[in-house]
Amino acid sequence: MASTARSSSTLLKRFLATRLNQSRSVTYMPRPGDGAPRAVTLIPGDGIGPLVTGAVEQVMEAMHAPVYFEKFEVHGDMKAVPPAVIESIRKNKVCLKGGLATPMGGGVSSLNVQLRKELDLYASLVNCFNLPGITTRHDNVDIVVIRENTEGEYSGLEHEVVPGVVESLKVITKFCSERIAKYAFEYAYLNNRKKVTAVHKANIMKLADGLFLESCREVATKYPGIKYNEIIVDNCCMQLVSKPEQFDVMVTPNLYGNLVANTAAGIAGGTGVMPGGNVGAEHAVFEQGASAGNVGSGKEVEEKKANPVALLLSSAMMLRHLQFPAFADRLETAVKRVILEGQYRTHDLGGTSSTQEVVDAVLDALN
Amino acid sequence: MATTRSIPLLKRLIARSQPSRSVTYMHRPGAGSPRPDGSPRQVTLIPGDGIGPLATNAVEQVMEAMHAPVYFEKFEVHGNMKKFPEEVLDSIRRNKVCIKGGLATPMGGGVSSLNVFLRKELDLYASLVNCFNMKGLPTRHDNVDIVVIRENTEGEYAGLEHEVVPGVVESLKVITKFCSERIASYAFEYAYLNNRKKVTAVHKANIMKLADGLFLEACREVAQKYPDIQYNEIIVDNCCMQLVSRPEQFDVMVTPNLYGNLVANTAAGICGGTGVMPGGNVGAEHAVFEQGASAGNVGKDSMVKKKTANPVALLLSSAMMLRHLQFPSFADRLENAVQRVILDGKVRTKDLGGSNTTQEVVDAVIHALAR
Repeated sequence: MASTARSSSTLLKRFLATRLNQSRSVTYMPRPGDGAPRAVTLIPGDGIGPLVTGAVEQVMEAMHAPVYFEKFEVHGDMKAVPPAVIESIRKNKVCLKGGLATPMGGGVSSLNVQLRKELDLYASLVNCFNLPGITTRHDNVDIVVIRENTEGEYSGLEHEVVPGVVESLKVITKFCSERIAKYAFEYAYLNNRKKVTAVHKANIMKLADGLFLESCREVATKYPGIKYNEIIVDNCCMQLVSKPEQFDVMVTPNLYGNLVANTAAGIAGGTGVMPGGNVGAEHAVFEQGASAGNVGSGKEVEEKKANPVALLLSSAMMLRHLQFPAFADRLETAVKRVILEGQYRTHDLGGTSSTQEVVDAVLDALN
Repeated sequence: MATTRSIPLLKRLIARSQPSRSVTYMHRPGAGSPRPDGSPRQVTLIPGDGIGPLATNAVEQVMEAMHAPVYFEKFEVHGNMKKFPEEVLDSIRRNKVCIKGGLATPMGGGVSSLNVFLRKELDLYASLVNCFNMKGLPTRHDNVDIVVIRENTEGEYAGLEHEVVPGVVESLKVITKFCSERIASYAFEYAYLNNRKKVTAVHKANIMKLADGLFLEACREVAQKYPDIQYNEIIVDNCCMQLVSRPEQFDVMVTPNLYGNLVANTAAGICGGTGVMPGGNVGAEHAVFEQGASAGNVGKDSMVKKKTANPVALLLSSAMMLRHLQFPSFADRLENAVQRVILDGKVRTKDLGGSNTTQEVVDAVIHALAR
């Protein structure tokens, strides 16, 4: 009796394994020396950051992945990102980080934003998709939001003209708009995506968003195989919550991208599961995809119940970026199996597990 | 025998379940009849572009059928006019109340939005959208009842842009204490007068510290004067995510201009779409009622040709207008009729999953008025 129970659970496991194991049909013939470990800068960050980066470290250990982490302590209330950390990222080219808490108001600017500007990580990418096993109100969602990361509303140029009147500058340049549009179309081309949608408010901000749109249109003409359309941002928000299946790749300026990415993450299961990262011409920093909740609440830190899935999937993206596709596949398959089985889920997905329990489940599923 | 008697019984039961006012309004003499100079209560009507004329025509028909004590002064305004005709502005200043369809704003180029111009000219500083689940309309989110109060005159929509050098454009977002204070005062006053429990300020003050910081300060000051109303703040990106996962946590939301636009449209989308949510713009002296959230207020060409625009949003907004003009029982009749049509579910336009035309929906509403 017990044996049938045991054999049925192993049967189930094997059944799930064959369903989920996308095995590559092509064997990768590595170049000699490809397996040498790569250094990656690791910034645990604030709040739930150390929890989730700890999760990544454990999983990388267990997989014997050829990466080793150079850890640096950075906290959101520091005046600036320490030069040692920037040096390390410049050397390693790749970084993985948790969220840095930004103080509200006052004079300290966000270190997250500072890091992106310093390293010119001009594209922020979030992949929002339905994960099998997580029931959401919206199905058929598979959206990639590519957001300009350096200019726009987040230039940080504000001043008080007279007491009680504040001006905030939103700067849009042809240079930045062009390169983000190019990145979006290149991404669509390389990942077999069919459509790129530009999100804007050019009926009101005619010059600023008009310039953004012009750049997108120019780049679109170079990719005739990819459909291109434009949507006003308020209509976009409404369409996202009613018919999200119409969107594929979305390219947006800074502020709209923030909102659209978080909305898209929300409809597909929450910011705790969506992977993403920031990339520039020379560096890449991987972190939880959409920015809301990347530091988490005090309770999550105390009870150690943060959701590590987003950062685990982002670290899989990082492994692909470092050209270790087999490890990336193993990691992603393991995480997806844990989600599909549904036994170990943190609070934001409707479960009660702690971070460590989810990590243990992933480690278990790796085998 | 049994069926012929049960149908009217059923009708009466359904009718009783409709909300009826428990208090009879004792009006001031003359409120329902023509004013001393012989004219009924006048309201400026701007049909607008696209589906605007369809929707405003629906309102006209329904007002006729109810014999509501309002009289429309119609004016043609189109989005591609260089500026707003003076006579229309004079009419609104005289009548104090206006109802309008959307005005199409050309993309790019030099013509600025006439919708925005009207709001600035009349200083309609508060835009209000009420997003709620309607009975009979299935949506992915339940228990939603959100009122988004959005600052309408400054912020990102100041329209101050310039090209510094070719290829570099600067756009100014201006936030003032004066405007932030009055929108916060309006939001808390609204909550107080409508028995709402919570006001949430939406901001991005971690990045735009001075600008949104000023907005937050103003909200906090006003919050202190209303100790019975809960006040909290939420960063706009988290807000968008919460709206799509747990919208029941929001009650009244007060926001600056741009975030308000996006939050209002997202909230309208989760409750059934911008075709059904009522709203309007109000200032100290004037009020302009239109479709609540701005997306789709001009509609598509196919909707115009086939006449399948959804008139529900403008009908409910005109009910808000009737209450504003202090004709509450007409407002109640209109709202009940519209809600009954939606509950019955037989006559619906395309955005609600049906295939009826605007006129069919209007006929159903007029029919429901008689019951």
